[in-house]
Amino acid sequence: MIEQIVFYLFAFVIVASALAVVTMRNIFHCALFLILCLFTVAGIYVLLSAEFLAVVQVLLYVGAVAILMIFAIMLTSKLAGREIQMSNEQTFIGTFLSLIMVFGLVVSFSRTIFRLSDEVPPSESTLAIGRLLMTDYVLPFEMISVLLLAALIGAIVLARREGN
Amino acid sequence: MELMHYLTLSAILFSIGFFGILTRRNAIAILMSLELMFNAVNINLVAFNRFINPGEYVGQIFAIFVVVVAAAEATVGLAIIILIYRNWRSIDADRVNLLKW
Repeated sequence: MIEQIVFYLFAFVIVASALAVVTMRNIFHCALFLILCLFTVAGIYVLLSAEFLAVVQVLLYVGAVAILMIFAIMLTSKLAGREIQMSNEQTFIGTFLSLIMVFGLVVSFSRTIFRLSDEVPPSESTLAIGRLLMTDYVLPFEMISVLLLAALIGAIVLARREGN
Repeated sequence: MELMHYLTLSAILFSIGFFGILTRRNAIAILMSLELMFNAVNINLVAFNRFINPGEYVGQIFAIFVVVVAAAEATVGLAIIILIYRNWRSIDADRVNLLKW
């Protein structure tokens, strides 16, 4: 019962803040609502008993990606100036296509029969995830480290000024 | 709570992100909508992991990889956007159409 109330609260906050992200006129407010949305998604992970992933979400998304977005906004937009036009002329067809997409997804989800399991998830997931990352998934783990290094070097090379 | 609730939530979140990508002009706003879509996918992965195979952590590990790849994507994307702003004085995705035929 309490779980249901918390889920609906989180779902409402997620949908409302996501709508604010895609419709607000001030890009800085969009970034703040994005942070709220990402935090609440971390709450959903806790409800799904994925505590480690919730911590990763807060650290990586809220701590790194959202702050990076705010930095980029401050470097590129004039926040105090007049509000530039934020949306293009595709609003109508965009709404139409998104509604079709959500309808199609929900219909196809509800028509699929999933083999649900009644197993209760183990209470301690972090240890098992760490062990899996170091044994079965060690190759993807190392590859993702190389990808992060490549992204780091690429971002530095792209954003530095020429000549110095 | 059953699986269907989480799947519906992620479908709604994904479509909101899709709407943002289609209708936004600011390139940073497009990247933000992309992050919303990544989060919808992650909710899906974790929900399937929780309700179909809770003893193994395949879905959660995939979600961790998605988060890391999204971080790399945001880093490179924002660097490109800052470079475009330095050269064009604008990050309006409708005006920066150098690669458009």
